Amino acid sequence: MDLTIVILIEILYAVASLALISVGLAVVFGMMKVINLAHGEFMMMGGYATITAVNLGINVFVAMLIIAPLVVGAIGLVVERLVIRHLYGRLVDTMLATWGLSLFFIGIATVIFGNTTTGISTPIPGLTVGDYQINGYNLFIVVVSVLLMVALYLVLGRTRLGLIARGTMQRPDMASSLGYSPERIYMATFFCGSALSGLAGAILAPLVGLVPTSGGAYIAKAFITVIAGGPSLIAGLVSSASVFGVIDQIFTFAMSPVIGEVALLIAAVVLLRLLPQGITARFFRGRM
Amino acid sequence: MQGSVGRDVIATLIVSVILIWALPLMVGTYTLTVLAIYAMLGLSLGLIWGFGGILCFGQAAFFGLGAYTYAIAAINIGESTLPMIIAVIVPCIFAALLGAMMFYGRLGDVYLGVITLVVTLILFKFVNSTAGPAYTIGNARLGGYNGIPGFPTLNVPGRTDLYIWGDALYYLCAVALVLVYLGVTWLLRSSFGRIAVGIRENETRMSLIGYDVRIRKTVMFAIGAAIAGLAGALYANWGAIVTPGLFSLSQSAEIIIWCIVGGLGTRFGPLLGAAGLGYLKFLLGQQSMINNTMLMGLILVLFVLFLPRGVVPAAISVWRASVGRPRRTGRARAMRRNRRRDRDDG
Repeated sequence: MDLTIVILIEILYAVASLALISVGLAVVFGMMKVINLAHGEFMMMGGYATITAVNLGINVFVAMLIIAPLVVGAIGLVVERLVIRHLYGRLVDTMLATWGLSLFFIGIATVIFGNTTTGISTPIPGLTVGDYQINGYNLFIVVVSVLLMVALYLVLGRTRLGLIARGTMQRPDMASSLGYSPERIYMATFFCGSALSGLAGAILAPLVGLVPTSGGAYIAKAFITVIAGGPSLIAGLVSSASVFGVIDQIFTFAMSPVIGEVALLIAAVVLLRLLPQGITARFFRGRM
Repeated sequence: MQGSVGRDVIATLIVSVILIWALPLMVGTYTLTVLAIYAMLGLSLGLIWGFGGILCFGQAAFFGLGAYTYAIAAINIGESTLPMIIAVIVPCIFAALLGAMMFYGRLGDVYLGVITLVVTLILFKFVNSTAGPAYTIGNARLGGYNGIPGFPTLNVPGRTDLYIWGDALYYLCAVALVLVYLGVTWLLRSSFGRIAVGIRENETRMSLIGYDVRIRKTVMFAIGAAIAGLAGALYANWGAIVTPGLFSLSQSAEIIIWCIVGGLGTRFGPLLGAAGLGYLKFLLGQQSMINNTMLMGLILVLFVLFLPRGVVPAAISVWRASVGRPRRTGRARAMRRNRRRDRDDG
């Protein structure tokens, strides 16, 4: 019984962390059709922003939930103005340019923070379920992910701002003739996407030892989750994160964490082959 | 046409003989060997991306696969001729299977990129986790993060006591590169190569004309992987150790940067990009002021923004504009220009 609860929590955690890793990319790729291969590095910078802020004596939750998203969002804004702006509509070129950016950021982080592992301790103590000890922080991640999904759904689906953003992504010319500046909306959307990446990186930072190349661990997972999700942003994200999270955990429990990750990646390749347009192109069509 | 092929081959041979002879006077052969290997790797992606229109984010997978195959086969067999052949065949078959899966599924560019990236990552993670004694193939332990050291390196076929190393390995790699280059030239001149370029330009049109696009792309992909596998096997001989780093994303990124910088759609561009940037990396490795990764990233971003065609095509057009000899390809160029104008108007 206890074991079942532990496994359930682990699966929930796996799903939640996948959704968290992918949400920033989902906004940037799903809405703007910009393939941001520097997404992992945005997360890495979110992690470093948190650790630096905590070392300066700032409360860890403030650092994670406020400072890191703002810092990474600002970096994203600079990147959008300098690079991405010139490449809208050129899918492959944005892919290449952001890959270049990712290498650039890895280089800079190495210069500033050195090629050593840094980290902070998890701010929430563990709790026991029967004979088992589980990490309380995992529950925190589940809660944050759920809140984030709900918030994103409300902002995009229920507010005027979300409506304008979605409309601009579909028809920039129409939005501009209605008096909105597509350029500004793109800028704002990219800021939000980067900030979400930074937030994800910050929240995951206490769980992993951070090195400048940490981003590489996230990028593939984030990509396959978003792409396998398909056209609907939130429904796609939740459904594909669920599929991959469950597969990952089953194989992790049955064999080993490495096999779990490999199984996840193989499942992604198979899924993309079967549903090349993503899960939500076939199921849950037309939802947000 | 026939005459121009002959002239092309003779020019290639003359230039390469001069280069192979002259370069060791300036740079050590140890470095030159790896530059030749990089050039071959760059050429492999330049072929499938620049001429086949297949953007593969995981060319490093085939490179690493070639290197590992060679190492494992060499330990088990104990000499080097057969392992070299196996090291070309295994990546080729692997790519054919992977390519068939992707191209028969008619996946788009982006999905292709992501799948090749993911496959590279799977290989990297898997090989990285094989440190335990349980992971052996024949007598070879996979060694996980530490890689496989101490396998027999190249020897003269039939003479296991005569090893090819040092200067001899350099000449071998350089000659192999020239042969691969000529092979690619021949391939692109053949009808297969012309149709491949046609598929790159307009896939729908080529399939409507009646060519089976799927099988042609798969074969192209497999050929590129075979070249990358050969480069990997030579690399294993040069380094005398293979590590999971060969499969890493940064290795894949580097190959793409070489192609972008050198210039796509040319045979010489990726080669030049690979050798040039490889040498730059070597020079940067000798100092610690500038971070290597940072500079590579910056180069990629700047090239995508300001010179997306790459160095070689840009240099060719500058040369033609200034020296200005009437071009044989003028007609085709003009037709393509007209077509593009029609498309923009319509």
